[in-house]
Amino acid sequence: MDINRLVESLHPLERKASPFLAKCSTLKDLMKLSKLSEAEAMRALQWLENKGVLKITSEVKETIHLDSNGKEYLKKGLPERRFLEALKKRPLPIKDIGKAASLSAEEYTVCLGLLKSKAAISIDRGVVSVTEHGIKALSKEWLEEAFLKRVSKDGVEPSSLSPEERFSYDIFRKRKGIVKSDLEKIKRFRVTDIGKALSKEKIKAGDSIERLTPDMLRDGSWKGKTFRRYDVTINVPKIGRGRRHFVNQATDYAKQVWVEMGFKEMQGPMVNTCFWNFDALFTAQDHPVRDLQDTFYMKSPAKGKLPDKRIVDNVRAMHEHGGDLESIGWQYRWDPETAKRIILRTHTTVLSAKTISSLKRSDWPAKFFAVGRCFRNEAIDWSHLFEFNQTEGIVIDEDANFRHLLGYLKRFFAKLGFPQARFRPAYFPYTEPSVEIDVFHSVHNRWVELGGAGIFRPEVVEPLLGEAVPVLAWGPGFDRIMMEYYKVTDLRYLYRNDISQLRGMRQWMR
Amino acid sequence: MPSIKLNKTVFNRLVGKELSDVELRERIPMMGTDLESVGGDEISVEVFPNRPDMLSEQGFARAFSSFIGQKTGLRRYDVKPSGSKVIIDKSVSGVRPFTACAIVRGLEFNDEKIREMIQIQEKLHVTFGRNRKKLAIGIYPLEHIKLPIRYFAEDPKKVKFQPLEFPRELTGLQILSQHPAGREYGPLLEGKDMFPFFADANNEILSMPPIINSHRTGKVTDQTEEVFIECSGFDFNTCNICLNIIVAALADMGGRICSMELEFPDCKKITPDLEPRRMKLDVPFVNKWLGLRLSEDQMTGLLARMGHGFEMGFVLVPAYRADILHMVDLAEDVAIAYGYDKFEPDLPKVATLGEESPFEVFRRRISDVLIGLGLLETNTYNLTNAVDQNSRMGTDIRLAELESAVNTDYNVLRAWMLPCMMKVLHDNKGSEYPQNIFEAGTCFRLDASSETGVCEFVRLAVALCGPDADFTRIKQVFDVLAQALDFGYDSKETEHLSFIPGRVARISVGGLDVAYIGELHPQVLDNWELEMPVSCFELNITDLYKAFK
Repeated sequence: MDINRLVESLHPLERKASPFLAKCSTLKDLMKLSKLSEAEAMRALQWLENKGVLKITSEVKETIHLDSNGKEYLKKGLPERRFLEALKKRPLPIKDIGKAASLSAEEYTVCLGLLKSKAAISIDRGVVSVTEHGIKALSKEWLEEAFLKRVSKDGVEPSSLSPEERFSYDIFRKRKGIVKSDLEKIKRFRVTDIGKALSKEKIKAGDSIERLTPDMLRDGSWKGKTFRRYDVTINVPKIGRGRRHFVNQATDYAKQVWVEMGFKEMQGPMVNTCFWNFDALFTAQDHPVRDLQDTFYMKSPAKGKLPDKRIVDNVRAMHEHGGDLESIGWQYRWDPETAKRIILRTHTTVLSAKTISSLKRSDWPAKFFAVGRCFRNEAIDWSHLFEFNQTEGIVIDEDANFRHLLGYLKRFFAKLGFPQARFRPAYFPYTEPSVEIDVFHSVHNRWVELGGAGIFRPEVVEPLLGEAVPVLAWGPGFDRIMMEYYKVTDLRYLYRNDISQLRGMRQWMR
Repeated sequence: MPSIKLNKTVFNRLVGKELSDVELRERIPMMGTDLESVGGDEISVEVFPNRPDMLSEQGFARAFSSFIGQKTGLRRYDVKPSGSKVIIDKSVSGVRPFTACAIVRGLEFNDEKIREMIQIQEKLHVTFGRNRKKLAIGIYPLEHIKLPIRYFAEDPKKVKFQPLEFPRELTGLQILSQHPAGREYGPLLEGKDMFPFFADANNEILSMPPIINSHRTGKVTDQTEEVFIECSGFDFNTCNICLNIIVAALADMGGRICSMELEFPDCKKITPDLEPRRMKLDVPFVNKWLGLRLSEDQMTGLLARMGHGFEMGFVLVPAYRADILHMVDLAEDVAIAYGYDKFEPDLPKVATLGEESPFEVFRRRISDVLIGLGLLETNTYNLTNAVDQNSRMGTDIRLAELESAVNTDYNVLRAWMLPCMMKVLHDNKGSEYPQNIFEAGTCFRLDASSETGVCEFVRLAVALCGPDADFTRIKQVFDVLAQALDFGYDSKETEHLSFIPGRVARISVGGLDVAYIGELHPQVLDNWELEMPVSCFELNITDLYKAFK
């Protein structure tokens, strides 16, 4: 590498560090010599390594340090020395020694045992006196004391201890708060040939421009200077962008599809009476879908109000005997109290029922759609969630028929990215005929079930609209399409809101 | 949906033709049943709840055989009078008022047939009988019974018999607590003073519906040749159809159906009644509904493939079909027989104008503005819990509560959005800061004046979380939004339990209070275990939108 180009590309921190590279080999020493902070010195080393100037190695080292008691003993003397000193003048009763030598109860107990084992003291009827051996010991420096002094200097490694020091270390380790050992990370570096060449260069801090500032432009001080060369291939820290939630991106797309096909959006509440969610859709009051284990009933409020009497009476008549139609109905006693119960909508079809009930003859032909959150009382796992997205479309048209329904479905799913669709018989209480739609999944090479459709029964439409006009309806779940697109295998993932994943999620490109 | 397992050998014999697995896989779904698996000697199918008559080898094979054109048209079943009676006492009127009964003779039971019969009974109990709530079925070997039979209600402490598969006699009341079936279905009789019973002419107890048969007179074995069948419940018509489904299946097994006279307190009836229902065929209606141009002959040919008969302009609907309420149901049968795959899809040219709801457009504009500021949109559940909504926020808002939610962490509807933002921040403590997020979501408040007692509106929450999140920064965000949407606002100091006193403002637009803005209280941050300050606002955009209009 051209050494001049290398010099030009040095960051100010690298410039500060460079002169000392030949003089030391650890991060710590470099910090001392260059007066850089640890973070600065480390960054300089890493950048220099990237440029091939040096090679960093790290190792972990165990070092011994004084703990809080150890530091105190270094100043005040070891407790056992203080113990002996206190007895030098005269023997003392056991209970008085602690106070005389200012020892804690714990220190006192340790000393008593220790000195006795060394035969430095003798005890006679509760009175302690120092032995000859003890007097002698007082006059010289102990091995333990020498060890304390040695360790008080910076980081001694256990491996460097002499056998005597090792002995003291083992004793002190058993006592409270005298010594401790730390694991220290040591960064070392070795200068390469490029580095050797670099260290011969004369490098001044600040003879190239680091950052172009408004001041420089104003006073022209940039003229005649060089700019520090950047490593333009470098990886830079990631930043997050603002973006729409990927689920909303997909539902926006679904809306666009509906609007393009001439459908108008319906909106309405998620909390509904059973009347709108079930009864108006000709779902018998003992139908299993109304069970507590599938549907979210509200505790408070538990019951709501029924709509105007005309609609309620018509719906009741449909359930009980088929009303004015040539239908036999479900043949049971319809209960208005059951219809008043409050639930979270189980399908967006509730919006279709309400919309139909608000139309007058001049309004159709008409097409409506909804995209919305629906609910089912379910334990959560990878394929079950208590909230799900449904999309729903209806066509109210005197001339509509089953072939039209299939035509709309084919077009709708083609727009969603599934050009191949097939239809199977299905069952829903409120449509006849009913259809299940399978689309062909080109990646998995198999048919996937994507939702139900049908023509609303006259028993549904007549009480709401006043006449039994055919109403085509389909309501595919949308979560499956999204999971497929985003390659999500767990439904819960859609609403986990993990910020780094939200930032990284692929863009909806349909 | 109920699923049943079919023995392929039995099935093929009943169909009268052997189809390959590939053909079965192709044809069965097109008849209106979900095929689960075909393989070995077993076919597993899911039957739609509107076709209880297909919940047996016999019923399924009967429908399939017609569908593939093997045996089409109405199946006639002979019913001969048995000359026997069932006497229904008026005491049952308050308990389980109706029963429909029959005798089937000439059955040669073996283990396989007993399995088939038990499967029919079980599946009908669960689906059509709504777990025995709506109706219950009893099948008894006739050889141990002395006719006529009585159906009556009695004090359950006074009636004693040995229930099926139990070592000793129990009273009716004891059965509820001591017999497994009693414990399972006991709630259906709980609180009643009188329980219903069937007994024979010797006063021998046959059963206590809907719970259990007697061990002595209620157990079908491979020695059994004749059975007595009763379907008892709350609606005579339902009992009748259920009985028809069972006797038709037993007749397909080789049995001979015999009717019984039911002596109700106020009238006499004879069951089973297998006379088909007559419905006038409306050819133009069916053609219009389906978008086809079929002649009457073509249409009745298709109906024959769904098991219907035809006579002088009338469709003869089999007496075991529970799902034909209206001409549209026949139209569906025509469509199925015609083949959903044969229909030519047709997209009509009907001019209508597509339109997104203006409010939704408004809502997306808001998102666009915030995304331009580098904020990240989240999407959280509408369901949450009172701890998140109130305790952690230091508030006390009245919440709309769910009944018996499976997940207790999600048992109320959210009343405001900020707690949802806090949950997201809490869950992302390990990610890089700053974390600046927003969401516009539906919120729910109790409101006695509305139809449901709950009113819904959309609230937008924006939360800035990071070392320098403060009042100034969040106010800057709000100002950008106000400028972009072009609305002016007033603000005044206020108090809010979630915010630091003196650092929270109430914002109003056109005199309507629409937002809180400020710095969250450190206690709230602590409750969410956050170690970063949060400044935020919550704006009711439903109200803001109204103020615009």
